[in-house]
Amino acid sequence: MKEEDSKSPILRMLFYLLVVVILVFNLFPFLYAIVSSFRPNADLFSTDLIPKAFTLAHYDEIFKDTRFVTGLFNSIIVAGVTVLISLALGSLCAYALGRLPFRFKGPVLYIVLTMTMFPQISVLSGLFVMLKALDLFNTRQGLIVTYLIFSLPFTIWVMTQYFRSLPRELEEAAYVDGASPLEVFWKILLPLTVPGLVSTGLLAFIAAWNEFLFALTFTVTDQMRTVPVVISQFSGATSYEQPWGAIMAASMVVTIPLVILVMIFQYRIVAGLTAGAVKG
Amino acid sequence: MAKEIDLMERQRRLAWFLIVPAVLVVFLVIGYPLIQVLVYSVLKYKLDGVTPPSFVGLGNYLFILTDSDFWHAVAVTLIFSVFSVTLEAVLGLTVAMVANSKFKGRSFLRIAILIPWAIPTVVSSKIWAWMFNDIYGVVNVFLTNLHLIPQKIAFLATPITAIPVIIAVDVWKTTPFMSLLLLAGLGLIPSDLYEAAAIDGATAVKQFFSITLPLVMPTLLVALIFRTLDALRVFDIFYIMVGGQGNMATMAIYNQQWLVSFLDAGIGSAASVIILIIIMIFVVLYTRFSKTSFQ
Amino acid sequence: MLRCVGPLFLLSLATTNGSGAGVTLHFTGDSSGDSGTFTKALIEDWAQKTGNKVEIISRPNDATATLSQYQQYWAAKSPDVDVYQVDVIWQGICAAHAVDMKKYVKSDEVSQHFPRIIENNTVNGKLISIPWFTDAGILYYRTDLLEKYGYKEPPKTWEELADMAKKIQDGERKEGKKDFQGFVFQGKASESVTCNALEWVYSYGGGTIIDPDKKVTINNPNAIKALQTARSWVGTISPAGVVTYGEEEARNVWQAGNAAFMRNWPYAYATGQDEKSPIRGKFDVTVLPKGGDSGKNAACLGGWQLMVSAYSKQQDAAADLVKFMTSQESQKKRALQLSQFPTLPALYSDPDVLAKNAWFKNMLDVLKNAVARPSTVTGADYNQISTAFFQSVNKVLSGGQSAQDAVQAVEKVGKRLVR
Repeated sequence: MKEEDSKSPILRMLFYLLVVVILVFNLFPFLYAIVSSFRPNADLFSTDLIPKAFTLAHYDEIFKDTRFVTGLFNSIIVAGVTVLISLALGSLCAYALGRLPFRFKGPVLYIVLTMTMFPQISVLSGLFVMLKALDLFNTRQGLIVTYLIFSLPFTIWVMTQYFRSLPRELEEAAYVDGASPLEVFWKILLPLTVPGLVSTGLLAFIAAWNEFLFALTFTVTDQMRTVPVVISQFSGATSYEQPWGAIMAASMVVTIPLVILVMIFQYRIVAGLTAGAVKG
Repeated sequence: MAKEIDLMERQRRLAWFLIVPAVLVVFLVIGYPLIQVLVYSVLKYKLDGVTPPSFVGLGNYLFILTDSDFWHAVAVTLIFSVFSVTLEAVLGLTVAMVANSKFKGRSFLRIAILIPWAIPTVVSSKIWAWMFNDIYGVVNVFLTNLHLIPQKIAFLATPITAIPVIIAVDVWKTTPFMSLLLLAGLGLIPSDLYEAAAIDGATAVKQFFSITLPLVMPTLLVALIFRTLDALRVFDIFYIMVGGQGNMATMAIYNQQWLVSFLDAGIGSAASVIILIIIMIFVVLYTRFSKTSFQ
Repeated sequence: MLRCVGPLFLLSLATTNGSGAGVTLHFTGDSSGDSGTFTKALIEDWAQKTGNKVEIISRPNDATATLSQYQQYWAAKSPDVDVYQVDVIWQGICAAHAVDMKKYVKSDEVSQHFPRIIENNTVNGKLISIPWFTDAGILYYRTDLLEKYGYKEPPKTWEELADMAKKIQDGERKEGKKDFQGFVFQGKASESVTCNALEWVYSYGGGTIIDPDKKVTINNPNAIKALQTARSWVGTISPAGVVTYGEEEARNVWQAGNAAFMRNWPYAYATGQDEKSPIRGKFDVTVLPKGGDSGKNAACLGGWQLMVSAYSKQQDAAADLVKFMTSQESQKKRALQLSQFPTLPALYSDPDVLAKNAWFKNMLDVLKNAVARPSTVTGADYNQISTAFFQSVNKVLSGGQSAQDAVQAVEKVGKRLVR
């Protein structure tokens, strides 16, 4: 199923049909959201797929709102730093767990996993108290620290698996040549794990980008708030009304950085092992 | 000989050096909250600012374990988790394999498959809830215009129709998570294995079962574990689409209700611990099942 | 050097006042949308007048998320926030964290507000918060359709409403409007249906679930009749999906012109009269119907109040801010700018207010007799009884439970809570 060379025309057609189905299934709600973001308020609840009227008012509205722009900025920092720390710390730890002799691999992995198993709501007040005590409340650093609860165990688990799956022959050759374990990590193994790093990085970034509960609780001023919280504060004339158009527009804007990230990194996800490096 | 032992020693020391910081970070962050949850779970503690907490031993646990609402929530969560994780695994693998193939426009596909995961849950759940609206929703409009159903259905009004809808929405949203991890996992499989198998005359199906599946299994397992963890703690999607309907509460909604709405830190914390134990059972089951061990 | 002292001294006098020179307060409440804009301007006004500074901490749109946020502060006894905007049903929950406003407001000032609200806001003799603006459930009806089908006035009882709704619905659907509904309301399992159901129960003389003397009254034949009546609407004059409708979902059906009657909060009046609205000029509002001829009119009390935090380090200044924001002048501005209900009956005969909102005149009686949810008597346990109530009602509406079983289940929870 990997190569496209020898398939019969029927199978090819079925394959492309599958591709189309996947695309439609994934994108339809997104298209609906895009269309809604351009609809004027009065038409928001009509069921026409192609809007009769077109307006940029919602986009105008959200960009004029300084909280939204600040929110974008904060989200980028928080999600970005969380991912960087997780990848750095996590892949080093994963290298050790996947490749180096260590007696307590199993227990470590499970302890690390346990940390991430708690429902978010249960650790909310404990973290609140802790952040206040450490003077990290209402700071981006504080939020980053709490996001590590999810992203670090996740990175460690996925990357450990990745390191484990790499063939031994590569290292052995390097050790024979006198390399230190860290050099082996840095020069040989890490580059091969780029697909894993990219996948984990993207998923962790998106999770941190869209996280709501911790962001709501641990940041309180408009300067520090991230984008999901800002969107939740959008309100119409009264708190009963939901400014659907503005929310849709904001969601579109919020999804764009993620799409850009994926565009940049997606080709690295399937680097694959080149046969040559192993056989030699 | 001595050189080999020396290498082992250096590796061992390095391992400690690399592992301990990561574990320490996680401990430090979650340590206090974890202790607080455990302590509160054995107290009768109302957060009204007036009543002082008192020790009740296993009283909170007994209350929850004899509460039919709790078991109902467990049932809803389990049904949801089993169906959505299974569907996501199957679809995720399919999509990953398609995205792994060489064809025109695969870059576009790879970006497109991530979109559902990228849209914030609160937003996408609202979009779907709106699409399933009983009068204006596109789904109802579409189905009635094609005369597939006699009249519009209020999908989210009762569990029989609402839970499948919620599962479908969750599958839509989370398949990208699986696909992305599996795509990376598929990349680990050397292509010459397939070449060799093709030369030996193996069909695509046989190649899948003897090469792809076994070699992607470790990644699949990790993906399954994390997906299951999330599924068992599902909150947002149920909360937004079916709100407070008692017969469709999940364990996390039950937990939140006691902790936040009812201001009961004692029962809320005990519920958290019980949920944690249920999740742990699943993780143990997974690792028993997996052929690879982590020792 | 010394020459500066004089002018500096004078300058400091100019910015000093009784509330303390230049304190910085923190306010949390509405900060987005029209309400937010108004609030910010009002607060700025006070800040300028008194030479203080106020920093606004925004709150999420959703009330439950807001409460969750506030609770973190209260649990930590944090002095970070001085004034909170609180929902009418949170009085019992806030009680321990609020300053007794009786310290700052004289009784003749207090009595200028609607008595029912003040009663609601007083927990064990302590006045938790000052009413800021209020709300009550009302009946919206299509004047043009009533005329078309030969009705001279809006319905006085629920039975009348059901008849009128059915006739109008059948007629409109025959003419091709297949999505037309007779009556839309909020049946979603949330605080929304607690309000709606309380109105039904009360209007049939079934009480208020738990009365102020801590007696659980819900299990009575009138309450059962009320719930059974509501159940009979679902699928006949109300869509089956009404059990998932909140305020906005009902309003969408209504505002698109697809409903003859709607129960909702007053906010839908202004949106309905908007220029682009399909029903502009075609509707009016009145008090909700009675349950049978021997019933009473009911309107569920809503609205928001302002409270001073017991952990605030600047309680005097905070109380001054609250008094300013809830004063007659401020409330009049709110009525004129946002068309929201003031909490001072005197303003309902104010010529300027009536010039902008003629319909306020009829609302005075509704608000005077608004029925409060049993939040004050249940205190911090209000959410438990409300949840039990709305889940049971929701089940009755969707046919999953009989009305008798429902009231019994609620009674059980109620008895457990007021023990």
